[in-house]
Amino acid sequence: MAAVKPLLIARNLCRNFGGLKAVDMVDFSLTSGEVRAIIGPNGAGKTTFVSLIAGRIAPSSGVIGFDGRDITHLPAHQRVRLGIAYTFQITSVFANLSVHDNVALAVQRTHQDGRGRGARKAGIDAALAKVGLTDRRDAAAGALAYGHQRLLEIAMGLALKPRLLILDEPTQGLSDGEIENFIGLIGELRREATILLIEHNMDVVMKLADRITVLDAGRVLAEGTPQQIRDDAKVQAAYLGAAHA
Amino acid sequence: MSGAFVKSLALHLGVIALLAVLGFVLPAYHRDVVSRVLLLGVFAMGYNLLFGYTGLLSLGHAMFFSAGLYGAGLAVYHLGWTAPTAFAAGLACGALLALCVGALALRTTGVAFMIVTMMFAQVFYLATLYFGAWTRGDEGIVLQPAQRTIEFAGLHFNPTDPMTRYGAALLLLSVVLLITLAIVRSPHGCVLVAIRENEERTKMLGYNTFTNKLASVVASGVISAAAGAAYALLFGYVGSTFASVQYSILPLLWVLLGGASTTLGPLIGTLLMYYLVDLSSSLLARAFPDWNLSHIGVVGLALILLVLFFPKGILGTIRERWLKWLP
Repeated sequence: MAAVKPLLIARNLCRNFGGLKAVDMVDFSLTSGEVRAIIGPNGAGKTTFVSLIAGRIAPSSGVIGFDGRDITHLPAHQRVRLGIAYTFQITSVFANLSVHDNVALAVQRTHQDGRGRGARKAGIDAALAKVGLTDRRDAAAGALAYGHQRLLEIAMGLALKPRLLILDEPTQGLSDGEIENFIGLIGELRREATILLIEHNMDVVMKLADRITVLDAGRVLAEGTPQQIRDDAKVQAAYLGAAHA
Repeated sequence: MSGAFVKSLALHLGVIALLAVLGFVLPAYHRDVVSRVLLLGVFAMGYNLLFGYTGLLSLGHAMFFSAGLYGAGLAVYHLGWTAPTAFAAGLACGALLALCVGALALRTTGVAFMIVTMMFAQVFYLATLYFGAWTRGDEGIVLQPAQRTIEFAGLHFNPTDPMTRYGAALLLLSVVLLITLAIVRSPHGCVLVAIRENEERTKMLGYNTFTNKLASVVASGVISAAAGAAYALLFGYVGSTFASVQYSILPLLWVLLGGASTTLGPLIGTLLMYYLVDLSSSLLARAFPDWNLSHIGVVGLALILLVLFFPKGILGTIRERWLKWLP
């Protein structure tokens, strides 16, 4: 892996909210094609960290690089155009628009550079088919069951044709059956994009992640393969130990 | 070409045709009232593009209307420009003002946006009074019919002729109505609605929401200015009343009454409100001749009933209950 150029790097990344160091001197690097999980107790700074990467909030200090380019000061919408897609922790689909229009909004942005209506339709169809929402394309997004809204959220992320897909707690509120489907879906998506996911469900993390980063109080507590993290005494004490005692 | 598109296009063309017929059958007084309503309806459509579709509540649209009004009116009065070039000048003034005000005001959101647009409009209003040497302030300027006449390809358009005036107002309304329909059905219109629904999410789909909102302010400002410029040229009066805060509130009321984020709602709202004021004034005067009652109370009552029973306006409610395909 050492020869592979990292897709995403963060150096000395900090974000303070008043006196609180939500993200504190984080060094982070993500290889192209990998599935990385970020875990950590509530308030560890996971969402803040991925929000810094997606550009939703600005860092207090530090540097973020994507694909060999410094993106620290790039606004969020330009990062999306570079290929960083973010799906929200709290489902935030456009409730009053149809499922089709939700995905169309994501597709048409990438197609504004002159490709025609056929490509737009193909992009929408493909994204809906991947998450299995083709039958519900005309329903209002707000009328979908919660699990389907989560899937729509992912479809919108996919439709952006991202190189890095950030998923913030994608399985939160899903049933066991839906979680199984989600694991299968990520298995397919990883062929197209690098995936960074925040996840509380340890089964999902252990099944999907190539590597895991553990955050605690804004700092990186540990990083390694699922097996290494499972065996790490510090992690057990800070997180797994408390949760799985 | 989906079914909904064909239906809505047919509806819009039908409305235009109906208005054209009305031009011939209405009595003189009402033809004149409707000519005014058509222009103010254009103003309301411009307002609706920003308020209804993009979700930005401006309390300063009087400045865009009067930018067109003064841009066209002063060009005719002081520079002796012909009506078509003066109309273009009015549009240019509206576009420039909207670009500048938009660039500054869009740094704020929500209530702050309302306040900032209102303050800009007050500055504009006070400026029309301050530069009274050119604008004649409250008293206003009357443009002579000869200054407003258009000679075109041997034809002679006289704006004081009620029929010509009605036709010109209807032409502007038709063009703006079809442009609005095209905008709201376009991918760009869909992005504006997305910004209204959830700006943060729209940003994370890779859209520069600032430039999209700015484009919406400019489009809205230009349409409002077109209404103002046409008003100056067709009715021949340019006064600072049109820049006062009242003309920032009125388009909001018209749009709310007719239905925000519907293409035809603003026109319906303007028409109803205009006749409501007209009829209630004469009714009150007839019923209580000595009381000198104002129509404001009736309008207020109508608005309260509207908010209670039709919170989405007339067309908004019709769309919600019956005609889901209405654009």
